Amino acid sequence: MSRTTRLSPSLLRAAAVTGVAALALTACGSGSGSSSTSAGSGSIKVGLITKTDTNPFFVKMKEGAEKAAKADGAQLMTAAGKFDGDNAGQVTAIENMVAAGVKGILITPSDSKAIVPAVQKARAKGVLVIALDTPTDPQSAVDALFATNNLNAGKLIGQYAKAAMKGKTAKIATLDLAPGVSVGVLRHNGFLQGFGATDKDVACAQDTGGDQAKGQTAMENCLQKNPDINLVYTINEPAALGAYTALKAKGREKDVLIVSVDGGCTGTQAVKDGKIAATSQQYPLKMAAEGVKAVVSYAKNGKKASGYTDTGVNLITDKAQAGVTSKDTAFGLQNCWG
Amino acid sequence: MTATTTPPGTSSPYADLKAPTTLRRLLTAPTTGPLVALLLACAFFSISTDQFLTGGNFSLIVQQVMVVGTLAIGQTLIILTAGIDLSCGAVMAFGSIMIAKMAANGTLPPLVAIALGIAVCAGFGLVNGLLVQKIPLPPFIVTLGMLNVAFALTHIYSNEQTITSLPGPLTALGQTFPLGHTDITYGSLVTIALFLLLAYALSNTSWGRHVYALGNSQEAARLNGIRTSRLTIGIYAVAGLLYGIAALLLISRTGVGDPQAGQTDNLDSITAVVLGGTSLFGGRGSVLGTFIGVLIVGVFRNGLQLMGVASIYQTLITGVLVILAVTVDQISRKKSR
Repeated sequence: MSRTTRLSPSLLRAAAVTGVAALALTACGSGSGSSSTSAGSGSIKVGLITKTDTNPFFVKMKEGAEKAAKADGAQLMTAAGKFDGDNAGQVTAIENMVAAGVKGILITPSDSKAIVPAVQKARAKGVLVIALDTPTDPQSAVDALFATNNLNAGKLIGQYAKAAMKGKTAKIATLDLAPGVSVGVLRHNGFLQGFGATDKDVACAQDTGGDQAKGQTAMENCLQKNPDINLVYTINEPAALGAYTALKAKGREKDVLIVSVDGGCTGTQAVKDGKIAATSQQYPLKMAAEGVKAVVSYAKNGKKASGYTDTGVNLITDKAQAGVTSKDTAFGLQNCWG
Repeated sequence: MTATTTPPGTSSPYADLKAPTTLRRLLTAPTTGPLVALLLACAFFSISTDQFLTGGNFSLIVQQVMVVGTLAIGQTLIILTAGIDLSCGAVMAFGSIMIAKMAANGTLPPLVAIALGIAVCAGFGLVNGLLVQKIPLPPFIVTLGMLNVAFALTHIYSNEQTITSLPGPLTALGQTFPLGHTDITYGSLVTIALFLLLAYALSNTSWGRHVYALGNSQEAARLNGIRTSRLTIGIYAVAGLLYGIAALLLISRTGVGDPQAGQTDNLDSITAVVLGGTSLFGGRGSVLGTFIGVLIVGVFRNGLQLMGVASIYQTLITGVLVILAVTVDQISRKKSR
């Protein structure tokens, strides 16, 4: 009731905020030294917007972009959605980056369709927009796309599996991503094409969201349904490791072939350990580095990157098969992400 | 009820206590702390980056907070009654998908689709209120359940598809008009108008007084002749109506109907309410404080981005701010007891 005590909350709040402002300063100073305003005011600004801040794939992407930006004397700004699928967060990031005066924005769209209006607004203001890893829908909504050819990545492990099965009749399980997501569909179809099979030949197909626990559950259910499965395709290595755990519980880990796509470091190590037979490795670092270079070149000579650039995949395995080009896990571990 | 206002000018030994000066009233207003915080943040970013202090950038910040801001008005009303609404973002997402889908595939004329979508959101609020009041159930549980119901309905109804090529009336509020050299979004004005309207209703109408009374003590309010049951249900319905308007603002801002939208907006709206100085225990706070709270989040997000600070630090700072704000609330509660 007394006036002095009623006064204190507002003062406390004010004091609190001063503290936070100081925190913001510290965060800026230690978090990203390259982006302090005094050093960066004259340099070319490049924006990188990923789906999330936490997925190792995007962490590696950021690393590649930072390296390339440093080499070219550009200033990198980064942002991410709060969760995979956070379109509004990505729209806000685009707006803020345009306000900050970026020359170009590199983005892995969380929602291929929903991001398009915001991308168009940014491009109308002369900002070069390049999609990394995931195309927009339509693909022409951005200036250029730097991504893995996921159909090819799938084909490579399909061909490998065909050779490794040595004519045995394959009972196939596919541990997929989620319905309607292009990355998952392309890898799945690529695998079947490479193997020379169709969806009719798949004994068990399950969605895993690329998650290890869900991959394990899916594999357990597949084995329940069809105990003589001997070939497993997985959307990524976490799903593959989940499948391996399920197979091991049944004592089947030695006679079932697991192939995957992605090439993360944990996954590549699992290839080396023999848990996964082979994986198609993709290169997020390269996508981001090429993206930064494209923006810098646009800033310097006005030439916009366009069309699709395949950033490449390599088949990683220690059990090479005749007729299928591959690299060993030593190479894989040197070039892996995550 | 027991307002002991001493007429101004009366000299009494306690005049200083009972009739605070304008300055003191300003300093002790619950919105003062958040306002000082906002101004300090603005000053900090103005010094740190030369792109911050422009009309265009401020218009942008308001435009970026209009959706969560509108949700947060409803959230404030509910929190003032010592309740909480976890379903607001999901209800909004369902409303936006309904409006977008019905208007885009031509089932209904755009304006009818908008009206229906907003009405459905109000309906969700009404059901929340009925469950909270009539059964009765804790608001946390009711709205947690409704969060899942609305989320699932959104994904079932949308078939996981983002809806594009929307008719003009749906995105009209996302259009801008020039004010001097600054482009202002119509939707920003809608949000500001709603804040002012509810601020007026809370402080200048008997309904507003009743909301605060209910939040302080439902039993005391009831014994004083307030029809608390009707009042509570009404508050949840009004909140639902506001979520419906937020749904329209969301569509106009992003230009699409997005089934993934709004997943963190429940917590974001609570964050804004708390940063604005409204107490989670009910009965204390204001919607103008919430407006300041939502601007604090928007200013930090925008300012840190302009400075080139990675987005994860924005999350870090928002978290610290929230904890500070509730700490201040708790301490001030203890002291004023």
